[in-house]
Amino acid sequence: MDAESDVTGEQKLQRKRPKYLNLLEIRQPLPAIISILHRLSGALLFFPGIPLLLCGLDLILNSPQGYAQFQSFLTNPLFKVALTLFLWFFLHHFCAGIRYLALDLHYGGKLEQARLTSKIVLAIGIILTLLMGAWIW
Amino acid sequence: MDMVKRVITGAHYGLRDWLAQRITAVVMIVFTLLLATIFMISPPHDEASWKAIFSNRWMRTASFLFLVSLFWHAWIGMRNILMDYVHPTGIRLTLQILVILSLIFYTIWSAEILWALEMA
Repeated sequence: MDAESDVTGEQKLQRKRPKYLNLLEIRQPLPAIISILHRLSGALLFFPGIPLLLCGLDLILNSPQGYAQFQSFLTNPLFKVALTLFLWFFLHHFCAGIRYLALDLHYGGKLEQARLTSKIVLAIGIILTLLMGAWIW
Repeated sequence: MDMVKRVITGAHYGLRDWLAQRITAVVMIVFTLLLATIFMISPPHDEASWKAIFSNRWMRTASFLFLVSLFWHAWIGMRNILMDYVHPTGIRLTLQILVILSLIFYTIWSAEILWALEMA
């Protein structure tokens, strides 16, 4: 009996290894979600974020009818949605980045603190976006 | 002796980039808080008030410093992302060159935007 269960145990081991985790199936802890969002928002801020920022700045500061044109863009709900979304990318990246700077200085590295600060980072990013979004809309 | 002397770490740019990413982050945080303070004290309501903010000599220099920090920070971040996900060397190198060229282009464009303001 014992020998047989050992064999099946070994077979099970061989069958299950190496084990690949399906990242979409396992439940990610909040700090992991914050980290993925930090990377994703960073990539989107690079493109199309940076060229859009420079286009906007150029339009407002240097083109004769630019400011009026910018204001007419602001009446378009689709533009407002995009602006609010990019505001959130920036604010999330900003808050999560400050958290990483604190972690580099060895603040908030304990598990409980790390969980708490990721909740705070996510919440502040969303709250600031809603506040500034309310001003846009 | 050879075994002792052998250098097993990579190209040694890791620490420098890590530090640059953090220094540029701090520069951007300071500028963002400065800009947020200016916007809260006197929100720009027309074209003239926008121009007034950025035509100030210190503000123009600070803005340029922010943008250059942003581009440098973006390079390190994009390089890390490309190293993680794009494994064929040729494609990765091409993408990295495109990122660098675009960032150089953005730097020149930023200077143009900020310093064209004086002539207006």
